[in-house]
Amino acid sequence: MKKVTLILQDGTTFSGFSFGYEGPACGEVVFNTAMSGYPESLTDPSYAGQLMVLTYPLVGNYGVPPFTFQPNGLPDYMESDRIYARAIIVSDYSGQYCHWNACESLSQWLKREHVPGITGVDTRQLTKVLREHGVMMGRIVMDGEDGKEAGFGTYEGVNFVAQVSCREIVHYRASDYSQPANRLPEDQPAKATAPGKRVVLVDCGVKANILRCLLERGVDVVRVPWDYDFNTLDFDGLFLANGPGDPDLCEPAVAHIRTFLQRQDVKPCMGICMGNQLLAKAAGATIYKLKYGHRSHNQPVRQLGTNRCFITTQNHGYAVEPSTLQEGWEPLFVNMNDGSNEGIRHREKPWFSAQFHPEACAGPVDTEFLFDDFVKLL
Amino acid sequence: MERKDIKKVLLLGSGALKIGEAGEFDYSGSQALKALKEEGIETVLINPNIATVQTSEGVADQIYFLPVTPYFVERVIAKERPQGILLAFGGQTALNCGVTLYKEGTLERYGVEVLGTPVQAIIDTEDRELFVERLDEIGVKTIRSEACETIDDAREAAARLGYPVILRAAYALGGLGSGFCDNEEQLNMLAEKAFSFSPQVLVEKSLKGWKEIEYEVVRDRYDNCITVCNMENFDPLGIHTGESIVIAPSQTLSNADYHKLRALAIRIIRHIGIVGECNVQYAFDPESEDYRVIEVNARLSRSSALASKATGYPLAFVAAKLGLGYGLFELKNSVTKTTSAFFEPALDYVVCKIPRWDLGKFRGVDRELGSSMKSVGEVMAIGRTFEEAIQKGLRMIGQGMHGFVGNKELLIDNLEEALKSPTDKRIFMIEKAFFAGYTVQQIHDLTKIDKWFLEKLLHIYEINSRLRKCNINTLEASLMREAKVYGFTDFQIARALGMGKEMDIDEAVPIVRRVRKQMGVLPFVKQIDTLAAEYPAHTNYLYLTYSASAHDIAYEMDKRSVVVLGSGAYRIGSSVEFDWCGVQALHTIRQEGYRSVMINYNPETVSTDYDMCDRLYFDELTFERVMDILELECPRGVIVSTGGQIPNNLALKLDAARVPILGTQARYIDNAEDREKFSEMLTRIGVDQPEWSALTNMEDVNAFIERVGFPVLVRPSYVLSGAAMNVCSNQDELERFLKLAANVSQKHPVVISKFMLNTKEVEMDAVASGGEIIAYAISEHIEYAGVHSGDATIQFPAQKLYVETVRRIKKISAQIARELNISGPFNIQYLARENEIKVIECNLRASRSFPFVSKVLKINLIELATKVMLGLLVEKPSKNFFDFDYVGIKASQFSFNRLQKADPVLGVDMSSTGEVGCLGEDVNSALLKAMLSVGYRIPRHSVLLSTGTAKDKAAMLEAARKLHDHGYVLYATGGTSRYLTDNGIPNTLVYWPSQEQMQPQALDLLHQHEIDMVVNIPKDLTQGELRNGYRLRRAAVDLNIPLITNARLASAFINAFTTLSLDDLAIRSWSEYK
Repeated sequence: MKKVTLILQDGTTFSGFSFGYEGPACGEVVFNTAMSGYPESLTDPSYAGQLMVLTYPLVGNYGVPPFTFQPNGLPDYMESDRIYARAIIVSDYSGQYCHWNACESLSQWLKREHVPGITGVDTRQLTKVLREHGVMMGRIVMDGEDGKEAGFGTYEGVNFVAQVSCREIVHYRASDYSQPANRLPEDQPAKATAPGKRVVLVDCGVKANILRCLLERGVDVVRVPWDYDFNTLDFDGLFLANGPGDPDLCEPAVAHIRTFLQRQDVKPCMGICMGNQLLAKAAGATIYKLKYGHRSHNQPVRQLGTNRCFITTQNHGYAVEPSTLQEGWEPLFVNMNDGSNEGIRHREKPWFSAQFHPEACAGPVDTEFLFDDFVKLL
Repeated sequence: MERKDIKKVLLLGSGALKIGEAGEFDYSGSQALKALKEEGIETVLINPNIATVQTSEGVADQIYFLPVTPYFVERVIAKERPQGILLAFGGQTALNCGVTLYKEGTLERYGVEVLGTPVQAIIDTEDRELFVERLDEIGVKTIRSEACETIDDAREAAARLGYPVILRAAYALGGLGSGFCDNEEQLNMLAEKAFSFSPQVLVEKSLKGWKEIEYEVVRDRYDNCITVCNMENFDPLGIHTGESIVIAPSQTLSNADYHKLRALAIRIIRHIGIVGECNVQYAFDPESEDYRVIEVNARLSRSSALASKATGYPLAFVAAKLGLGYGLFELKNSVTKTTSAFFEPALDYVVCKIPRWDLGKFRGVDRELGSSMKSVGEVMAIGRTFEEAIQKGLRMIGQGMHGFVGNKELLIDNLEEALKSPTDKRIFMIEKAFFAGYTVQQIHDLTKIDKWFLEKLLHIYEINSRLRKCNINTLEASLMREAKVYGFTDFQIARALGMGKEMDIDEAVPIVRRVRKQMGVLPFVKQIDTLAAEYPAHTNYLYLTYSASAHDIAYEMDKRSVVVLGSGAYRIGSSVEFDWCGVQALHTIRQEGYRSVMINYNPETVSTDYDMCDRLYFDELTFERVMDILELECPRGVIVSTGGQIPNNLALKLDAARVPILGTQARYIDNAEDREKFSEMLTRIGVDQPEWSALTNMEDVNAFIERVGFPVLVRPSYVLSGAAMNVCSNQDELERFLKLAANVSQKHPVVISKFMLNTKEVEMDAVASGGEIIAYAISEHIEYAGVHSGDATIQFPAQKLYVETVRRIKKISAQIARELNISGPFNIQYLARENEIKVIECNLRASRSFPFVSKVLKINLIELATKVMLGLLVEKPSKNFFDFDYVGIKASQFSFNRLQKADPVLGVDMSSTGEVGCLGEDVNSALLKAMLSVGYRIPRHSVLLSTGTAKDKAAMLEAARKLHDHGYVLYATGGTSRYLTDNGIPNTLVYWPSQEQMQPQALDLLHQHEIDMVVNIPKDLTQGELRNGYRLRRAAVDLNIPLITNARLASAFINAFTTLSLDDLAIRSWSEYK
């Protein structure tokens, strides 16, 4: 295996071996403490522009599932149409894999999609550096290549949402949807349904499982580009999806949401992650960047005013400042580790959002009931 | 928390360590007691296991060394009147006892509330039918079997369930008539056989080859749930999880798999209504997403102890708090101390648990692993690669293995068979298979072990092959590093490099170490912090790995660290008692203002609880790893005398590496360990010992025996676990044993000593400082010498020794202490006949009986010893054991019922798995409590006597008369029956299985439950004699009928229960014995 070096902006270097595409890469270096779900994470558009460090050392064990699509264009097992992270950095890549649903190794996949992968890195130490310093830019230099001249690129100020959002409206009909083999419905609890209802989904970089969660509940989905003026469409509810980067760069979307909130005909709205931040911005709140973000499958959140707590999947670098919310709004969930905001809602109107990922994929599915709550409001 | 009404809580312990219920419950009970104490709740503990940490001073407010049975628990409740009771922390023993008390209405009568999971939920999970019903209600799939009365029914059931199926004959012991059927033809054949054993046959879908996955789930009363850890068995379904190598977290599950099972676990725990902790076990199809729930344990379990250690999440502590009414969100993560206890640990390492078996210790035992547990202990290894973890683990089990590769060659007849049928050695068969050219696929087909695991093992094998192509001069740093990252020791590398051919391998290892260090290939210390470094944590829970580039902690280099070496895996002969010793040493070190550091790797222990010390290295006790740690710690000193034989054996090597050993110096330890040197010393100071000799050829052996006569005790000096000592009564036996167990040779002499009959065995446990004894305890075995001291029943203080004997023992002990310049704990075993005293052996370390005598004496001998070792001035305690008016009895627990086919007879090799210690006003009351604590019952009507030699028959005569006088019906075999009749004791003659034609047959009476207790004393330990009684003894064990095989113990027990009734036994807590 070829030697590779990861250089952080502060000059710290980590060396390892290449197991993916042999080429340079740069981006914001972020760590994720999840112990499974690398195919889902890699294809999560929220990782656009980032180099993903996994703290769990053994990666690649169960290979990569087939990258197949349903007739409506929805991937069966992945979260989008390709890998969005710019590189993956692990401690002990497992070249041999074994799983009934695997069709290639992680290494083969990375090479096919031109994404570098580094193994042999002390990812715990790297994580500690990022934790102490905060997220940093980093670049990957292959052995023998001169990386001195290359820059680190930029993350802040780049509108990644615009890069990953769909270009045109896509229609998904619940009746066309069929469950993939790893989501057997008989092993899942009963779901609320709203057949015939239509939801507009603002695509800031939506994960496929959000679409699956809606389609499984019988609603038709109209997926629109992030800056599309959806208020012109005919729909029963609004869904604000996840997406990468800084929400302050998404003013056009916020403007459309603000209009939506002022409509006479009140319609339900649910947001996830970037959706939470955009909804909060439309409700007047400000956003700040976290030192090193929340990226894991074990984030505890508590529903405010209750004793209900949930383990959630998270992937975000920015957070809502709840004290800046306008009259009528209140925080809905709070992070039990650091007290940061994990969701908001309107006191009277059917609008709510979560900073975490109720659609999971990867991660725990404990909060999938939020989709039921939303569908019941339609 | 809203439970202000709970002021006093009773906790049930699990009693003696046994197979299936071991040290993990000392850990969970101790944690629960700590949690209660923190709340200011008064705690009462019932646990006869005197060697545990939880029964130490200050852990519970009141401690009762009494059997955990409904009778005694009720009497304690009546006396203590607690408001609450905890049932989930003492294994199946406590759970069963609690359920009975609940069903009988006892708890309600005394107004005792069960805290935590409601009893109905426990019953729902324990009763198979209810369990299936409850899970059906939420559409969760279970393994179900259909009961069939005819072959036609069986065929239909099989068709419904889908082949392959398992057939089991109902009501048949030991799996008679059971088996797998792949198709109807096989079913027809097997069903016919099964119906010949039993009128009913159970047909069950076979899940052979499915993965076995476990989740540890926690729920609070607000319905908040978390799964703290999941684990995957290396061995596929069919092998008890206690017998499996287990990996945490799961390795071969995708995100969808993982979270599907996780979500199901939470659904189940909510539906059943657990409050606290439980464990859900699944069978998982390797070819799809299909699953079955195997079982749910509604209590803390071995797996939960493992999960706690694997993640740093204190499950038992949290479960106890939840039982008091807390919500998870009200508790803090005890590692970070800042984040919430409502979270799921993220691991950045991999953990591997490997069971430790001691099957070689048992005559006749079945070595094949299956659905029942046989292992006696386990280890947990932590690494940042799977290869590193498993190789560490294979060394930790202490069976002489160096990892997956580099071991002494195992001889095997049929490799394919050895791969197919799992035994305690199977993983090493995989290495042999690689060597023989088998592919991963072929091995998978034979073993059904997931190919991912096999690929990882192959990776280790391949690195080894690459190393073998090098020598120490050509080995490159990159390969050196790779080997270390994947778990190779310097020893394995030296062997692979072929260095053993040119020099003694022990000389080669330091060379590899030196070269490796020059290359800069060094291990790093990492923390276990529950959050994978996401938040800063001041955790002291550490391990070492080569898959790293930086240490997590900075060292003080202040020479204030004192390192205690732990006792490793529990095994026969070394278990919780050494954990107690280690924990006491840690306490004392801390108390005296030093930094206490522990190295140990047994997940079932309290000493590996990171709260117990200032730094815990959960890592190997090999010389290499201990040196790695000591080089970082630069300690003030190391304590090697509180962890049993493993640290003791390291003393010389550590000393040679100029490590400061605290207490008795290494060369004196060697002088006691080395038989030759020890013997010379005894002769020099004029102390008697049984005649012995180390012999290297048969002629010398024969000459020696000619002089001393049979019987003799034979010890292969190069004792590998398994090939142990034996008593030989005649030439024939001697030759057979020597051929079987040890090849007598120049390099491996065999030690033969005169075996003394009808001799008392006396133990001296003591602490000395600078060669002067400052505290001691003399205890006496009830059995005569010949029963291993670990199996014997021990009374303390000694009850029937001559004053002169005691005086001599004290004198000799003082001489030995002076001669060996002992500073610290030691133990000497003596033989005493009349006033003739002989020394059997001397250990310059704490012995198995230290916790027992410390707790009876109420003087903590380890605390004293530790102070001595720290160089502190220690005053002689003023107490004298003639001062107190009570007796302690230590009795042994056997686990023969778990060890199919093993002969439950006691001999010179130890076979007990645990022990209890009970207190009483006199020997009878203490003995009765102790015997009841290890599972004996007072017989109701009848006793079968078969009492061996004339001497034993005479010894048993009084007891037999007492039985008769108390209205017991006596059955007796030939000679015994004649002897009893001659002495005017009525009895019924019964026949041996060998006397086939005669009636009544002893075996029949056992099967008909006509007999409540069996006393069977073999005349001697010859093969023929043992064979004769074997079927009788085995039947007693299999039918759960109390069995005693020693005349002195049988007499004492009979004397106790004919003198006292249960109600005569005083219910007094430990503190009430003054």
